[in-house]
Amino acid sequence: MNSKPVIQLRDLYKTYRSGEVEVHAVRGVSLDILKGEFVAIMGSSGSGKSTMMNMIGALDRPTGGQYLLDGVDVATLNRDALAKVRNEKIGFIFQGFNLLSRTTALENVEMPMLYNSRRIPAQERHVQAAKALNLVGLGSRSGHHPNQLSGGQQQRVAIARALVNQPTILLADEPTGNLDSQTSIEIMGVFQTLNDQGITIVMVTHELDVARFTKRMIVLRDGRVVTDEPVQPRSQADVELGKLKAAQEAVQLH
Amino acid sequence: MRLFASLKISARALRRNKMRSLLTMLGVIIGVGAVIASVSLTSGATKEVEDQVSSLGENVVNVFSGNFTRGGMRGGWGSAPTLTLADSAAIAQLPNVVAVTPEVRDREQVLANGQNWNTLVMGESPSYPQIRNWKMARGAMFSDDDVASLAKCAVIGQTVVDQLFPNQDPVGQTIRIRNLPFLVVGVLAPKGFNLFGQDQDDTVVVPYSSHMHRITTRRFVNDILVEASSSDTINDVQDEINELLLERHHTTDPDFTVRNQLELMDMVTKTSRTMSLLIAGVAAVSLVVGGIGIMNIMLVSVTERTREIGIRMAVGARAADILVQFLIEAVTLSAFGGAIGIGGGVAFSMTVSNFYGIPAYTPYLWIIIAFASSALIGIISGFYPAWKASQLDPIEALRYE
Ligand SMILES: Nc1ncnc2c1ncn2[C@@H]1O[C@H](COP(=O)(O)OP(=O)(O)OP(=O)(O)O)[C@@H](O)[C@H]1O
Ligand SMILES: [Mg+2]
Repeated sequence: MNSKPVIQLRDLYKTYRSGEVEVHAVRGVSLDILKGEFVAIMGSSGSGKSTMMNMIGALDRPTGGQYLLDGVDVATLNRDALAKVRNEKIGFIFQGFNLLSRTTALENVEMPMLYNSRRIPAQERHVQAAKALNLVGLGSRSGHHPNQLSGGQQQRVAIARALVNQPTILLADEPTGNLDSQTSIEIMGVFQTLNDQGITIVMVTHELDVARFTKRMIVLRDGRVVTDEPVQPRSQADVELGKLKAAQEAVQLH
Repeated sequence: MRLFASLKISARALRRNKMRSLLTMLGVIIGVGAVIASVSLTSGATKEVEDQVSSLGENVVNVFSGNFTRGGMRGGWGSAPTLTLADSAAIAQLPNVVAVTPEVRDREQVLANGQNWNTLVMGESPSYPQIRNWKMARGAMFSDDDVASLAKCAVIGQTVVDQLFPNQDPVGQTIRIRNLPFLVVGVLAPKGFNLFGQDQDDTVVVPYSSHMHRITTRRFVNDILVEASSSDTINDVQDEINELLLERHHTTDPDFTVRNQLELMDMVTKTSRTMSLLIAGVAAVSLVVGGIGIMNIMLVSVTERTREIGIRMAVGARAADILVQFLIEAVTLSAFGGAIGIGGGVAFSMTVSNFYGIPAYTPYLWIIIAFASSALIGIISGFYPAWKASQLDPIEALRYE
């Protein structure tokens, strides 16, 4: 495996200040994530996972420490450069999906391509978006608006949107939070395939079962890293899917 | 960001709030519509007046009896006869003078075919049709010989033809004026009404000599029409006539008035310029009002769509992309409003024109100006809201409820 670090956090801090009250969401996180890694970030609610992901995703700026993306200090990048990073380098799946409610699933997935520095013709935008939706198993619902889709379906639209610009880094904040176990495993299968193709994935999850599909597990508590270890043994999506189907059939037999 | 894609996004956003978009556009629609309607109606009127002024003849200098500028004028134009045929002949000798006709006028009862018609009988020289830019429909103008011989011949206007010779060729027939037979030698082409609403075709033209000696007996002429060689010489000709007549009348206080077409034209354009200025003022005010409406709605729209802006920025929209998107939305609103206003204004002026029979005419320039300024107002009033949207922080915008 290529061992170049793509994400380097150096003593990273994020302090929210609302009036007199200070909330230390992230306090002194240092870690390196190498190219091709598949990392699960775990931790209880409020431990700072989303805050850290937003900073890694070039959406939010740290209040202390340093963040190097592909060796470049993100603090030195201006707004437009950050937008370009978000558009072309990073695919971000939000905890709350963040879909445009009045546009169709297909148009939601097409949107990142509108802002690509490469001029992508409408025809190609269509084809690529449809392909990404098929990948997450939502090809037949592409004409629906988000409010006509279930939580799990919305989540898959958000995943397709994150993948459509073929990012080298995929950041996912609870991508399986709203999915049933079978769909969760299917999505993990998609992630594992992408990861095998060389995409670096950082994924926040509450579920240990889901974390088992990754290669490395990091646990946060109160904004600090408390555990950082390789996943042993690692689950394989196709195997787990087989097991699940067998189990489901057993239930239906009785 | 792709322009077409931005247009689509804007169109969708505006369609979503149809009623609000329409109400927002209303300011621009009414403003532009009012301006186009009034421009159409005043331009129609101005154009008609201009047409009529030029139908009096081009490069023509009018010499009237009496002094218009002096106080206590007696009884109107040409009422104090001071001009003579000798004056007219002297003017004809001046440089840059192409043609001259002394004019005498009288209302007479004219008979023909057992019909009876009261009309304006004018005594003129053979140059009259040339000076007035007036074509002959049939026959020919009488000649200098006819003037010299006090011939009893006449050229008649279309209205007189209609009254006395319906469905007949009047040329070669005879009309009677004060019981004298006059041979009709020609018919003037129809010219319509003049500035004062008089039917110019309701006339009989005879040699001035015949008029002054056979129909009436008089020494003075009402006025003299002079045609200058070009618009460049018309002022010189006017000055020369002034000098000549002062000298001939042995006075320093003019007992005549010299006016040219350019001055008449000036009077018309001056009023229409005042009108245009007034319209421009109305336009400016209404566009500012419309612009404020658009800015207000765009600010509301930006606030409402903060989350959308955040999402777009999160997936890579740059500040410029957001700015352009909202600018296009504002311009679409105002330009669309402008277009509707132009259509409405033209339709209104045409309706009024048809209904009241007044001419309406919308200059293309004004359509372009109206459209361009409504688009411009969209850019100006949309800029601040769009700029505000583009400066949002992506993560803050995403958190906005
Ligand atoms: N905008 C904000 N202003 C103030 N405090 C905030 C803000 N966002 C997050 N916090 C606080 O920072 C801490 C970490 O929040 P964060 O959203 O990162 O938690 P999380 O680990 O993602 O939790 P969850 O598993 O519930 O998503 C929390 O205590 C939260 O209240
Ligand atoms: Mg979270």
